[in-house]
Amino acid sequence: MTAAETRTTCPYCGVGCGILAKVEDGAVRVRGDPLHPANRGALCSKGSALGETVGLEGRLLRPRVLGEEVGWDAALDVVARRFRRAIDEHGPDSVAFYVSGQLLTEDYYVANKLMKGFIGSANIDTNSRLCMASAVAAHKRAFGEDLVPTSYEDLDLADLIVLVGSNTAWCHPVIYRRILEAKERRPSLRLVVIDPRRTPTCDLADLHLPLRAGTDVLLFNGLLSWLANHGAADREFLDRHTRNGARTLLVADNTAGEVGAAARGCGLDAGALRLFYRWFTHTERVVTLFSQGVNQSGAGTDKANSIINVHLLTGRIGRAGMGPFSMTGQPNAMGGREVGGLANSLAAHMELENAEHRRLVREFWKSPRMAERPGLKAVELFEAVHRGRIKALWIMATNPVVSLPNADRAREALRRCEFVAVSDVVAQTDTAALAHVLLPAAAWGEKDGTVTNSDRHISRQRCFLPAAGEAKPDWWIICRVAERMGFSHGFGYRGPAEIFDEHVRLSAEGNGSSRAFDVGGLAALGEPAYARLEPVQWPVPAAGRRGTQRLFAGGRFYHPDGRARLVPTIPRAPRFALDDEYPLILNTGRIRDQWHTMTRTGRSPSLSSHFPEPFVDMHRADARHFGVVGGALVRVVTRWGRMTARLRISGEIARGALFAPIHWSDSTSSSARVGALVSPSVDPLSGEPEFKATPARIEPCVVNWYGFALARGPLALEGLSYWACAESGAFRRYEIAGRRVPGHWPGWARSLLRAGRQADWIDYEDAHAGTYRAAALRDGRLESCLFVGPGPDLPSRSWPASLFDRTSLTADERLGLLASRPSAPDAGPLVCACFGVGRYSIESAIAEGAGDLQSIGRRLKAGTNCGSCLPEIRRIIAEPIATEP
Amino acid sequence: MNPAFRSPSEPSSPARHWTRVCGLEDILPESGAAAWVDGHEVAVFRVRDAVYAIGNLDPASGANVIARGIVGDLGGEIVVASPMYKQHFSLITGRCLEDPALSVPAYLARVMDGEIWIRGKAVPRRRSAHKRRLVVIGNGMIAARTLEDLLEFEPQRHDITVFGGEPQGSYNRVLLSPLLAGDRPLAEVVTHPPDWYSRRRITLQADDPIEHIDRTRRRVRSRSGLEVAYDRLLIATGSQPIVLGIPGTSLDGVISFRDLRDVESMMTAARTQRRAIVIGGGLLGLEAAHGLRRRGMSVTVVHIEKHLMERQLDEPAAGLLRTEFEQRGIEFAMPAEAAQILGKTRVTGVRLADGRELAGDLVVMAVGVRPNIELARAAGLHCDRGVLVDDTLLTNDPSIYAVGECVQHRGRTFGLVAPLFDQARICAAYLAERAVRGFRPQPVSASLKVGGIDLFSAGDCAPAPGTESLVLRDAARGVYRRLLLHRDRVRGAVLYGDTSGGRWYVELIEKGESVASLRNELLFGAPEKRAAGGS
Repeated sequence: MTAAETRTTCPYCGVGCGILAKVEDGAVRVRGDPLHPANRGALCSKGSALGETVGLEGRLLRPRVLGEEVGWDAALDVVARRFRRAIDEHGPDSVAFYVSGQLLTEDYYVANKLMKGFIGSANIDTNSRLCMASAVAAHKRAFGEDLVPTSYEDLDLADLIVLVGSNTAWCHPVIYRRILEAKERRPSLRLVVIDPRRTPTCDLADLHLPLRAGTDVLLFNGLLSWLANHGAADREFLDRHTRNGARTLLVADNTAGEVGAAARGCGLDAGALRLFYRWFTHTERVVTLFSQGVNQSGAGTDKANSIINVHLLTGRIGRAGMGPFSMTGQPNAMGGREVGGLANSLAAHMELENAEHRRLVREFWKSPRMAERPGLKAVELFEAVHRGRIKALWIMATNPVVSLPNADRAREALRRCEFVAVSDVVAQTDTAALAHVLLPAAAWGEKDGTVTNSDRHISRQRCFLPAAGEAKPDWWIICRVAERMGFSHGFGYRGPAEIFDEHVRLSAEGNGSSRAFDVGGLAALGEPAYARLEPVQWPVPAAGRRGTQRLFAGGRFYHPDGRARLVPTIPRAPRFALDDEYPLILNTGRIRDQWHTMTRTGRSPSLSSHFPEPFVDMHRADARHFGVVGGALVRVVTRWGRMTARLRISGEIARGALFAPIHWSDSTSSSARVGALVSPSVDPLSGEPEFKATPARIEPCVVNWYGFALARGPLALEGLSYWACAESGAFRRYEIAGRRVPGHWPGWARSLLRAGRQADWIDYEDAHAGTYRAAALRDGRLESCLFVGPGPDLPSRSWPASLFDRTSLTADERLGLLASRPSAPDAGPLVCACFGVGRYSIESAIAEGAGDLQSIGRRLKAGTNCGSCLPEIRRIIAEPIATEP
Repeated sequence: MNPAFRSPSEPSSPARHWTRVCGLEDILPESGAAAWVDGHEVAVFRVRDAVYAIGNLDPASGANVIARGIVGDLGGEIVVASPMYKQHFSLITGRCLEDPALSVPAYLARVMDGEIWIRGKAVPRRRSAHKRRLVVIGNGMIAARTLEDLLEFEPQRHDITVFGGEPQGSYNRVLLSPLLAGDRPLAEVVTHPPDWYSRRRITLQADDPIEHIDRTRRRVRSRSGLEVAYDRLLIATGSQPIVLGIPGTSLDGVISFRDLRDVESMMTAARTQRRAIVIGGGLLGLEAAHGLRRRGMSVTVVHIEKHLMERQLDEPAAGLLRTEFEQRGIEFAMPAEAAQILGKTRVTGVRLADGRELAGDLVVMAVGVRPNIELARAAGLHCDRGVLVDDTLLTNDPSIYAVGECVQHRGRTFGLVAPLFDQARICAAYLAERAVRGFRPQPVSASLKVGGIDLFSAGDCAPAPGTESLVLRDAARGVYRRLLLHRDRVRGAVLYGDTSGGRWYVELIEKGESVASLRNELLFGAPEKRAAGGS
């Protein structure tokens, strides 16, 4: 049977792709929405695999109080009572919400309304704090309001695109593909990547500037100075529409006026830096796209302002094909910002500190008790929890025990907290493990509302699945708690359309063009029009009822005087310097196929095979110097924590640096929560943590054996020195290692794989060499298998993995299983997640004459869907042909 | 140089008729070269460090091309394949294996001080001189095999007399177990019926064992009083089953499992009796137990060790084997020692050392064999456990050779057949003065001749200090495979349930090369070309 497709949006990154989803034969099938302006039909590997992540396995289906399943009434009563009691006994600032850019705008709106307008505190902060708070602060400083002036279309129109601190190819693949398409159409379009890592994004760049971590301000001050000295400043624009130009230039001249010195400071080749400056000088249409590499820094706000400065100096803003462009990490970070879901905002781009704004909102909400001053930002918030100042905490749709910096302290804080409620779609997360009350939230596909993407497009997320178990939309949960806390009016919405309407009306309330965020044109839509709402780019003022592609078109900004501000930015080093004990700088980030803490993407077999375990990447020479070996396990240690992961030497990392992905948690690996290692230092203005510059050291993790296991059921992991688990569909893949060598491998292996004495057991043992392999079958079907060796060089996983599809194994396959000798060619490590194409298949295709991307695409389909593996395929093509060893 | 070249007609140093051809190193190992020797084209081959010479003219094609043929081993014989029509020529005799009419002349070749010398005169195929008298003591399968090989090398040269203790011609002892189990008819077991001897003008004295050897006068005397003189004597007296030193071994119904008579007794007993007890859980004992069970008797095996076939198998394989036998209805008492065979005239049972008594009306003792050396020892030949022989199978008397289970070579005696066939061939080559290499025992491999049981064992299977083992177990399929390695070299293999790769392991044991690079793939069978590398 075929059902109609539902138009909705992707729940992952800030690109905000439109998706057509339908349920067919019990499976969810998705494809890109060709009519959505953000992606025009394209999808990345994560989005394409959404269907694999909507199963009910692992879902939180019923409310739980202290681990016991209870009805909604009981659970809501407990939450309301505990919050009420804390407020009554300790005041409104003794409670807090920690929410998420995963929430829909409507959910966000009522959470913010409850905390700031009814409880009377501003202690609501969001994981967006970890993501783009620096961009928000910079926008406010420069433009007077948190505004992203650009549109994705500007990427199609630009002649120079500068990517700063963004591995766009992996983190925003659809945008990257859009840039590549523009470049194919117009080869004159230049692409410059500014990133300490040589990421896959660099592969097609005309210029990669591998600057030293944290020196972005120096680089952009140098650019500002160069532009002024080479006649690129737009004097008229500066005079009519900006302030602080002279002061800012003076600082830039003083700190980076001499290109040679700036290059040295940034660790760059002066020639390359000059080339970039020259390109920038002579290209009118330039978009500077920046992301977490800029934001997640102790000087993130200054970095973002130093970028905005060069666009203001040259007047390259508010016109087609140009402008600074902050890419957000999360699907609805922007929506959260719009409703004011940050501890230092109020609502609808109004400010807490502004008495007039407070009055306006109070009257609009008929608020019994308004917050008067900014609340606690994420890192401070958890510090306050740790100190016992927060008595009741409600975490929604996020996993701070994994994602916060100094995450072990965050975990300790939750342990100490008197009352923790967690709303989530997943039952088992590192955070949920510490909750007193667990509230089952509706997941993507089950909930209804709106999100705003990086270029201000408000899109509908629509429901096409029934709610799992007793799961409820977040807005519903929040409103029911509000009512039980005694706020009888203000939360009686019948659905998201009513919430959206209130949000829209608030944005227009007393606005009079004083605030750019005005979506009054969307007021009074009513249910049917809300249901049909097409993607629209705000502002949508009441007059005209049309979206706005580009802001600041008339040179009008939103400081009271209507002018933008250049902000003098003084380069400063990360707060914690390297020393003898911690001589390396630890950078963190995303990988291509995983999302945040993997509670959803981790369940997709295709997504989990790109990187099935946590890793640390470093330079080959550094590895030699520190006595660690690629492929072996290493331990990374900082002042705040430690982790164990596989050492990867990709060639992407400069000397002196380490890179570790952020995705692994205690649910997926023994000790790989990078958050635990990250320093708690934050940007003084934005409160955004410094995720990408923690002093660290690396040391070998001494184990006596390495292994991997593939198993349909969970393994008994106790006593292992290391494990990492990845979902692979019919089975889970475990990478394991241990210090203690079992005296009796078969007995040990049986208990690891939970195979009883009666299991149909095959094994291979070379005790002297430390090699042991075993497989357990039931009725001829492979249940689990295990491969152990003395070193990390173990047999290929793909052959035994392929046998899990069989209903029963032949005698040859039983033998071949432990030989790990495939009967069919081994596809090798996964490259293309969309079509499951492995590296060896691509190599063979090349050997057979497929010399370019197109012919490989024709032959294997690799790289023809989302395109995010194209850089990797291109690298494989460029490699010298491997010869037999 | 190889000690094989001690032909009496051969000069002690290169002299007349001998031509120096080239240096040994001038010929690549396992290849040939053509040489001009006394007006003939001769193909000279180097096989490892030995050299051979045969005529270079290919009789099938009339071209001088034999030297360019590919050298190989065909059924144990070193041969070259003609590059034209691919016939195989023995490098030793020049005989064409496919068609004796096409044979080429053979020449004597030798290496001295790193130089290859060829005698220009082809080795004559027939000699008119007086025939050498060869007496063979024993008519077992190895004796017959030696004669067969000798006649191939030198069909006319010897005047041969064979004395045998059994009444018939020679038969294949290995097939006694299938015979007992009913898997083979008698006709297939007897390999050399009396007319085989008469057609080759060999005198066969069946059922007339030699009782005395007079080395001084070079004569032997048989039980019937026949005296025969010899120029060469071949001792092939084999071995005899060990009879336990316990009471009752002479009772009726107590037999060994050694010869046709024993098989006949068992087959008779199986028709009239119900219960058999087999003492000994080695290869032969298990085959006997299987055969008797197949013939309908209830069978109990008494074995002194903790596990079966302890010389060939390790404990897990022996356990699988036991289970398999138990499923076939054979019972085991083990470890258990037979203390007494019960009965007045006919056996009624066996009492074990722990006091248990097993009822039975047939007792088969299969507790091993010992070399039959009384005759040789009485003749003053050097003996230890067996008759001592050197690499040429010569005893300490230069006129007397010995082959088969009665010999002891470099400290070892032999029970399995493969190395004995090798002895036969080498001994025949020395008798024919054609030998080129000495006897080097190859790793022994054994397989159990019991239908439905795949069992293969090769080399040393007992764990020893410094031995490392690779084990593969698949209980559901009844598969157990174990390789023993020492310093990265394969020393032994036990394959149960899945014997694939057995020949490969024997080769690896023979070669003695390091297998470190394929260690993790060894046990899974001989390698094939892989499609793509691992991760």
